[in-house]
Order: sequence, then structure tokens, then C-alpha cells
Amino acid sequence: MSERSLLTINELTFAYDSTRASALNKVSFEIDAGTITTILGPNGAGKTTLLHLLLGLRKPSGGSILLEDLPLNQYSRRDLSQWMGLVPQSEHVSFEYTVLEYVLLGRAPYLSPLELPGEADVEIARDAMRKVGIASLEHRPIPELSGGELQLVLLARALAQQPRILLLDEPTSHLDLANRNVTLRILDALRKEGTTILFTTHDPEAALIVADNIVLMNAGKVLAAGSFSETFTSEKLTETYGVPVEVVRTDGIQVVKSSGRLS
Amino acid sequence: MNKTRRQTLIPLLLILSPVLILGISLFIGRYPQPIWMNPSLLGSDEIAQRLVLNLRLPRILTAMLLGMSLSAAGGVMQMLFRNPLVEPGFLGVSQGAGFGAALCIVFLSKSPLAIEGFATLFAVLGLLFSYFFARKMRYGGWLLRLVLAGIAVSAFFSAGLGILKYLADPNSQLQEIVFWLLGGLYSITWKSLLYVAPVVLVGMVVIYLMRWRLNLLALEDETAFSLGVSVGRERTLLLGASVAVTAVVISVAGIVGWVGLIIPHIARRITGANAANFIPVSISLGAIFGVLCDDLARTLMPGEIPLGIITSLLGAVIFIFLMVKPNFKVKA
Repeated sequence: MSERSLLTINELTFAYDSTRASALNKVSFEIDAGTITTILGPNGAGKTTLLHLLLGLRKPSGGSILLEDLPLNQYSRRDLSQWMGLVPQSEHVSFEYTVLEYVLLGRAPYLSPLELPGEADVEIARDAMRKVGIASLEHRPIPELSGGELQLVLLARALAQQPRILLLDEPTSHLDLANRNVTLRILDALRKEGTTILFTTHDPEAALIVADNIVLMNAGKVLAAGSFSETFTSEKLTETYGVPVEVVRTDGIQVVKSSGRLS
Repeated sequence: MNKTRRQTLIPLLLILSPVLILGISLFIGRYPQPIWMNPSLLGSDEIAQRLVLNLRLPRILTAMLLGMSLSAAGGVMQMLFRNPLVEPGFLGVSQGAGFGAALCIVFLSKSPLAIEGFATLFAVLGLLFSYFFARKMRYGGWLLRLVLAGIAVSAFFSAGLGILKYLADPNSQLQEIVFWLLGGLYSITWKSLLYVAPVVLVGMVVIYLMRWRLNLLALEDETAFSLGVSVGRERTLLLGASVAVTAVVISVAGIVGWVGLIIPHIARRITGANAANFIPVSISLGAIFGVLCDDLARTLMPGEIPLGIITSLLGAVIFIFLMVKPNFKVKA
């Protein structure tokens, strides 16, 4: 861990509606550059809300977010969009874009409102597509893609943004095992290139595979935050999910056990 | 064809074809005989000169602006509302204009300028009401609320229009209202063109310049935001430009349906979904479609056929044709 964090989240509080309970309650943790941090918790824990606050899409009702020691609201929209890319959980595409056209939308942070993407942008978009292994899909219409392929297109679009921080909202939740592992392997490769990655998931296995650090969340609160070894324990996971979860070692490999066949 | 040659040829084609159609259309009509006037007549016949310059030219130019406006606005709104079945007048704009025109005919005057003014005023009011109710509504996302508010406001104005028709003098006013609602450019003069043109040109420039941006505005809000887009501001600007051109065009031409729905569809079939490509094609095709439909309206019968009937007829036929073609998909 470096001494200065890239992102510092301090006592962050947020409520969608003043009459309702807060969706986030005094959330604090830090993110170091070049690491993969996983926000882990059950559905409705406030993970997506937290991502929206980090993006600047929603304003906190209390607490602060510091990006390189500067409050987030001191950055312009454009600066922030060059800093952080978002891979949404899913996306409904109403029109028949080709994959390349769609990935090129990721160049928006670098273009003025009246500018069209140029040759250099196309090269960057192609590069992003190569990184996630979809270069061959360039001319395919988006609506014809499988769920796994679409996920990779959304990832490539965020990479075309050349972000230093990549935020992903449940990147593996609707993927099959093979596609999940492909996505996680790409995240691992991106980290090795120096990208800081933050992703939410309700799946402990996704965290087990790649996370350096984990933030365990439940009902808008952080139950634990820290390195993988500190946080990924049977006791803490059980507390997070409210059902028995066991971290066991078989043949020297850590495995999550949360269910058996009903008998 | 290599890429650079295509890049210069296609824009040229998009600009030249409407101009060519416009030039030819000046000699189409029912003087001195149905369908075609010999261009050489312009040298000798003073009536022909006056007809072409004072009646046909402003009218054809207006038809062109009408086609461009409705097609561009339709394309923009389909993107903004992420729905390929949206028409430019649907946010209370068309029904508002109809109500305004009828109000003017029944209670004020049948002068074209007064009707145009009232139609514009109520078209804009229609949008403002839709916007206002959408803000007050406590249900669903912003786009859904706008659509619902638009439906309610349209229904409100169309009920009002019904009352006005009921009140109207059947011998003079009612005919006028019905004819206005069917849409047509029969009363266009240079004056009405001067009223329409500035708004349309400004609107077209805004839409054209921001055409690639439209792709971003069609994304989910959170994604557009993460790409640095000022979603609210840019959406309002483009929506404003679209509604403004639609309102002025409807105010002089009446309700001309289907253009704004069908032309963007055809354009997307040609270029693909990228708005940077389909918006220019949509504008150009719209100009051609507007002029050709008006040519038919002026020429087919000794009397005038209302333009709205022709655009709806052709639009519906083309739409059905596209729908039954196997590779056509509508995704809403």
C-alpha cells in the first residue's frame, strides 16, 4: 500500500429521500492506485449508489470523496470523465450501432461538443477492442451480440475513455462462468498496466478470483474494509450476507462454500 | 470507391439532389397545362414568371424546409427518447398547434398570419405544459414522464379542438379548420417563408453540429454522465431546437404527419444507427420528400390535395413496406 491513496472516501452519507433511511451511512475506505478493489455485499447494500457518488452523478448529503487529495466537486465534468470510466451493469441499446461505432462513444471526454471522432480516436477504440478480445466484432451490429459479448463492448467503450480509474457495476452478474472468468482476467491484465479498478459484486467468488482489497457492505454500511486476507473470512462474509458462508482451502486453493444440495 | 472520394461525394450528393429536385419542381404544376411547364415559357410569359417567382418558389422552398425540419426533429427525438417510433409533434406540439389554429379561425380571423401566430403559440404552450406536468409527476423516469405528460396534453388539446369544431360555423369556419388540420402549403407566400426560414435554419445548424453528440444522449443517463456529457443541458438544447422547427413548420403547414417518423427510419437503413451519419441523410431525404409530396399535392388534381393526406398515405405505405421486409427490425 502506498502512503497516499488515490481515492479517499470519508464518512460518506447519502439518502435518496429525506424521509427514508439513508442508502449510505458514514461509508469510509481508501483506494490505492493500481489495485483492484471489490465492493462486496448482498443486493440492496448500496453498492450502485456508492458508484454513482464516486462518479459525481449524485451529490453526497454528508462526508467527502477526495481524488488525489482534492474534493471531487473541484473537478470539472470533463476532467472527471477523463479520470473515470464506467461500465454499467447492463445497457439497453435501441438502435443498430456497429461495435466500433459504440466503442467510439468512449472518446467523448476528449472531444468538444461539436467535434466528431477522428482517425486517432478510431485507433484508440480499436486498441481498446483488442485489449478485451473483440477486435473481430468491429462491424457486428450491437443487437446481435450475446450477453457476454455486449459486456465486453461496454468494457471496451470505457477503456476507449483511457481512464485511470475504472468503475464497474456488477460486471459479472449476468455472465456464465466462462465469460465471468474472461472478464476478470481482463481486469487483472488492466491492473498490471496500472489501471485502478473498482467493481461491485454480490458474488464472493468474483472477489476471491481477483480482488486486492475488499469493502464489505450491508444495508448502506461498511462492515469491513481492507486487504483481501483481512476481509475475506468466513466470519465476515457470513455477517455480510446473513447466511452461512465458509472460506475453505482445498488442495491449497481458497474456495467459497455457501450452499450444498438440499437433502 | 476509395474513402476520401466517398467523403467528398456523399455530402455533395446530399446537398445537390434536393436542389435539383427543387429546380425541376418549379416547372411542375397545372399551368399552363397539367404537370409540366416548358422552362422557355419563362422568357415570354409574364404570368408564368410571376407564378414561378411569387407562388411556386416560396412554396417549394417551404416544402423543403418542412421536410428537413420534421425529418431532423423526428430523428433527434427518436434518439432522445430512445424510441424509434416517436414523432416530432408528440409532446403536445401538434395537437397544441391544431387547437391554436382552430381557436384563431373561430374567434379571431382567417388571415394566414394570425393563424400561424396562434398555431406557433399553442404548439409551444403544448410543449411547456408537457414539460411542466412531467416535472410535477411522481412516477417513473424523466423520459417516461415526458411521454406520459405529452399524451395527456395532446388529449387535452384534441378535446379542446373537438369543442371548437362543434362551435365553428359549418359553412365557413369548420371547412377552414378541417383543411388546416389536413395540412397544406397552399397559402404560403414569401412572407410566411421569411417567418419560417430563420427558425428552421438556426434549428438545423444546432442539430447538424451536435449530431454525433446525439448518440451520447441516447445512452442511459449514468453512462452519458460518465462520458462527460451535461445530459440535462444538451438534451434541452436539442429538444428545444427540434420543437422550435416543428412548431413553426406546423404553424404554416398544418398537421403534416408521418414525415418525421418515416424519413429517419429510411436514413438509418441507409447509413446505420450512428446519428453523425443518419442525421444529414435524414435532412436531405426529408427535403426531397417534402418537395415531392407537395408536387403531388399541387399537381394530381385540379383542386389541391391536402399535403398531410399525401405524406400520411406515402408514409404509411413505405412504413409497411419496410416492416414486412425480412431484414427490418423495430426495437422499442
